[in-house]
Amino acid sequence: MRITVDSHRCVGAGQCVLSAPEVFDQDEDGLVTVLTHRPGAEEQQAVRRADTLCPSRAITVHED
Amino acid sequence: MDKMTSTEPRVVGFPLRTPGEPFPPPRYEEYRRDTGLVLSYLPNGNKVWLVTRHEDVRAVLTNRKISSNPDHRGFPNISDTMGVPRQEQIPGWFVGLDSPEHDRFRKALIPEFTVRRVREMRPAIERTVEERIDAMLAAGNSADLVADFALPVPSLVISTLLGVPPVDRDFFESRTRTLVAIRSSTDQQRDTATKELLRYINRLVAIKEKWPGDDLISRLLATGTLHSQELSGVLMLLLIAGHETTANNIALGVVTLLLNPEWIGDDRAVEETLRFHSVADLVSLRVAVEDVEISGQLVRAGEGIIPLVAAANHDTDAFECPHRFDPARTERHHVAFGYGVHQCLGQNLVRVEMEIAYRKLFERIPDLQLAVPVEELPLKYDGVLCGLHELPVRW
Repeated sequence: MRITVDSHRCVGAGQCVLSAPEVFDQDEDGLVTVLTHRPGAEEQQAVRRADTLCPSRAITVHED
Repeated sequence: MDKMTSTEPRVVGFPLRTPGEPFPPPRYEEYRRDTGLVLSYLPNGNKVWLVTRHEDVRAVLTNRKISSNPDHRGFPNISDTMGVPRQEQIPGWFVGLDSPEHDRFRKALIPEFTVRRVREMRPAIERTVEERIDAMLAAGNSADLVADFALPVPSLVISTLLGVPPVDRDFFESRTRTLVAIRSSTDQQRDTATKELLRYINRLVAIKEKWPGDDLISRLLATGTLHSQELSGVLMLLLIAGHETTANNIALGVVTLLLNPEWIGDDRAVEETLRFHSVADLVSLRVAVEDVEISGQLVRAGEGIIPLVAAANHDTDAFECPHRFDPARTERHHVAFGYGVHQCLGQNLVRVEMEIAYRKLFERIPDLQLAVPVEELPLKYDGVLCGLHELPVRW
């Protein structure tokens, strides 16, 4: 699994940080940043949840 | 667009709810199962489409052909007093703006509501909650949990966030309470309270311009992105958006926990309360600015659209047994905070306020109980939000 994010789309709702705090963070502007672009198996369910919950579709999960 | 069905839409009455009815109204389920989208007419005669399916609600709230701006023809203002103000009335009321105009305001505010920033506010929120519980315990063995706890807590949290000096917090709290007490205050009193709050906020902005502190107003002023009139509008919006909504969630959540005591002490009750009660059912108001298809139905430019949050959050296609209060459920994609670029900015603050309120309340008052039968609790439904007028409790 590989993650990319589009911080221009981000609206800072923070759902990703709540869902997968090991993988996502908010920068000083409150916008999404990725802590680890290739999360381990134990994080993948949380990442998918973050993707589902993101209100601005700023997260893309690549299954490669 | 030739695949659109030509079936006549179902027309339903407005308002959507009658006193004494359970919430969400059972009719929502009929609408959802029937055509999903139903047509209604507002008291002013304007046509409005009601969206009931979870999938459709999310689609509407992210569709660029659908606007939040009340300046557009056909925008569904529910009544003269319960609508989205226009920018010339209250500049900075950015829930009524679309991208890109909206984004300048949102971006300026995002840093104030990050998960990290809200975590830093925890000690202050805990202190506020503890103080309210101390006051209730000192006053005897019964209380109205709405007036004595659920309403003051979010108001005091907002006043801390804005940097309202402690000496002014009682003033601030009492005026915000007048604003929402639709049963015990008159229109005139609420109008006066609104004016007093706006005047106070304007003064506070002027003070922070001269003597900046470590607070939201000072930081927003420092960014230079908003002029002071817009800033006052933004602050009023934060107050309105964050006060009664949070209070209703606190009050209804306490009732639900008293009825389902096995979930007391489980923080997952917060998320489930948000979904289960969906207090902001009629908050997201929209209008089509181009022809658009929703649920196979053609909606014309200039027709109003209201996504019904409570209907979507009780959609059996999105949630298993949606009418059951089940904090252990794994689906969390409810739209209690809306969806899209307008999704509630303060949602993480609300979650923390609810969590601390429930935890401290049941820790400090373990024998808390309803003082009236649950059927007698006065449900408050002012046409926009759902909550309780009063919540008599004893211990």
